[in-house]
Amino acid sequence: MLVLDNVTKAFKTGTFGGGTLPAVRGASFEIRPGEVTALIGESGSGKSTLGKMILRLTPVTSGTITFEGTDIATLKGKQLREYYRHVQGVFQDPFSSYNPVYRADRVFATIKHSYFPSVSGDEWHERVDKSLQAVGLNPVDVRDKFTHQLSGGQLQRILIARALLLDIKILVADEIISMIDASTRVDVLNLLANLKTRGLGVLFVTHDLSLGNYISERTVILRRGVVVEMGATQKVFDNPQHEYTRMLLTAVPQLHKKWEGELGPELETTRVIPEHNGRPGRYSKSSLHPLAGMHARKGRRAQAAATERDLAAGLLRTDTYLRTHEEAPPLVEIEEDHFVAISAGAK
Amino acid sequence: MGLTVDHLQVCYRTLRGDVKAVDDVTFGIEDGEIMGLAGESGCGKSTLGNSLVRMDVRMRQLGGRVELDGKELPISDAKAMRDFRFKEVSIVPQYAMSALNPTRRVGRMVAELLKSRGFDYKSALPELERRVKLVGLDTDILKRYPIELSGGMKQRVVMVISTLLNPSLLIADEITSALDVSTQRAVGEMLLEFRDRNFVKSTMVITHDLSILAQVADTILVMYAGKLAEKAKADVVINNPLHPYTQLLISSLPDVGMRHDEHTLVGIPGRPPPLLNPPAGCRFRDRCPFAFDRCGNEPPFVEVKPGHSVACWLHADGVSPSGGV
Repeated sequence: MLVLDNVTKAFKTGTFGGGTLPAVRGASFEIRPGEVTALIGESGSGKSTLGKMILRLTPVTSGTITFEGTDIATLKGKQLREYYRHVQGVFQDPFSSYNPVYRADRVFATIKHSYFPSVSGDEWHERVDKSLQAVGLNPVDVRDKFTHQLSGGQLQRILIARALLLDIKILVADEIISMIDASTRVDVLNLLANLKTRGLGVLFVTHDLSLGNYISERTVILRRGVVVEMGATQKVFDNPQHEYTRMLLTAVPQLHKKWEGELGPELETTRVIPEHNGRPGRYSKSSLHPLAGMHARKGRRAQAAATERDLAAGLLRTDTYLRTHEEAPPLVEIEEDHFVAISAGAK
Repeated sequence: MGLTVDHLQVCYRTLRGDVKAVDDVTFGIEDGEIMGLAGESGCGKSTLGNSLVRMDVRMRQLGGRVELDGKELPISDAKAMRDFRFKEVSIVPQYAMSALNPTRRVGRMVAELLKSRGFDYKSALPELERRVKLVGLDTDILKRYPIELSGGMKQRVVMVISTLLNPSLLIADEITSALDVSTQRAVGEMLLEFRDRNFVKSTMVITHDLSILAQVADTILVMYAGKLAEKAKADVVINNPLHPYTQLLISSLPDVGMRHDEHTLVGIPGRPPPLLNPPAGCRFRDRCPFAFDRCGNEPPFVEVKPGHSVACWLHADGVSPSGGV
């Protein structure tokens, strides 16, 4: 089990590092074995930064990440390698994860070199084949091929197979299907969902709610580096409490349902700089409503206006809070296994 | 009048031979219509869109004819196309975020663009400012550099610039794929708004994301491996698709509220055939669960129901292979 406790990451910005950009603020949650945890947020919400901190690709500013009782920040050398034996990541762009000069299955050879130098060639070959079959690939199709000969879905699955060769317990999957074609996308998703039956904990980082909902047991919703809502996926989706979650749910394009109501305030990332604390002019009025004045069609506006105004007010309140406070808003448990940041649902 | 594309063939010249990325494509877009063009990567959808605006040096038109508002669009003649680009046909490119000149302020870039087309920036400025406000941006973005704008803002700026001269046809190539869901929705609704306000007559929205098309498009055209697979009204394609490819594609998309443990979706096995020497017959044959002996011949793209065309032998009963639309 991997536990994040009050994890914060602040990037230095500006010419002499004068400004700070809090990418993640006080995130606390855990990745449990045998569960898929979906980490949902829009660009700039800090979801990838969290993934990188778990993989120790970037250090935490404060807070701790503990894996089976040890703080991962203290790991060095051999211990770190042991950590990577248990915790692995797969990233968004399958093509840049490989060296195009070498054959794709070279990633397996590097694993053998680092972790299993004593395993004989034949046995290793067998293990690789088994692992490839576990991710639904036919070894004949993918062995000795170069990256350009394989599809994005195949490459992504090879990377997962590579992780499975190790004794992994946690897999960080950072937007792994966004660059795969729609026709093969769902196969990779199903694969992830099946991995949990092996007792694996998966952190599924995504911006797509429908995908998160499809495979995850637990959902963490991030907004500007702050956990605004988290809990059991069904509870979060059936009974979304935070305005941001609700806004995301109304904005996600669906096949069988048209967009309804009005779009909430613009949710683009804006840098939070301490010097600007409390200064109201950071958002101009027009940028809060990207389509202000565009919804001239009658009827639709009238019916949705009332509820949407509430939603917008709530989001504005959250935004103001996030702008004026450096620490994350406290989470309250509104029902069992369902937490909401209270800067929002102050009703 | 709108756009009429008739048996268009576009290929990429490579050292190994011609790669036919758009193979015998026939369709039309009415005035005021938003047509969605969907397909996997490499199916030729972007090539089709780009060829209507600018053929790059690797591309050749092998045949076919394109008409816009009754006039022939000389798509293979780069010089002659200059008179049409931006005024009659306009594109919002796939990487609209990087389409802005990073060394110019947005306003100056627009001024240079207008000057190159023989228009005056000063006289166009009020309209430009009006439209910038319409999409919810401040007019002071014209004085800013692209780096100061966020992805969604850039996307909107590019859309405003592309449609500034009220082109007859706008090609929007993957304009939502790099955006967050809330911005996606804003941009999608912008497309509708631009159409309603007659900034553009007809729009072609190219995307791999069918759920976006379900929101904005009037008709959807599905391409597979350089060929047309299916065309119909958006809700018909989404709810009653006839081509097996469309059916499988739609059934593989998770909807909000769908859970893996209750309802496991399946993808389409295999991958599209290579377009350099594609196999004879139906190109989806190898991945199609319904393939039968007739699929060895190429299925014609014919109208099987009013307004619903499909290229599949399952639905082409009584149609002779030469039977056209």
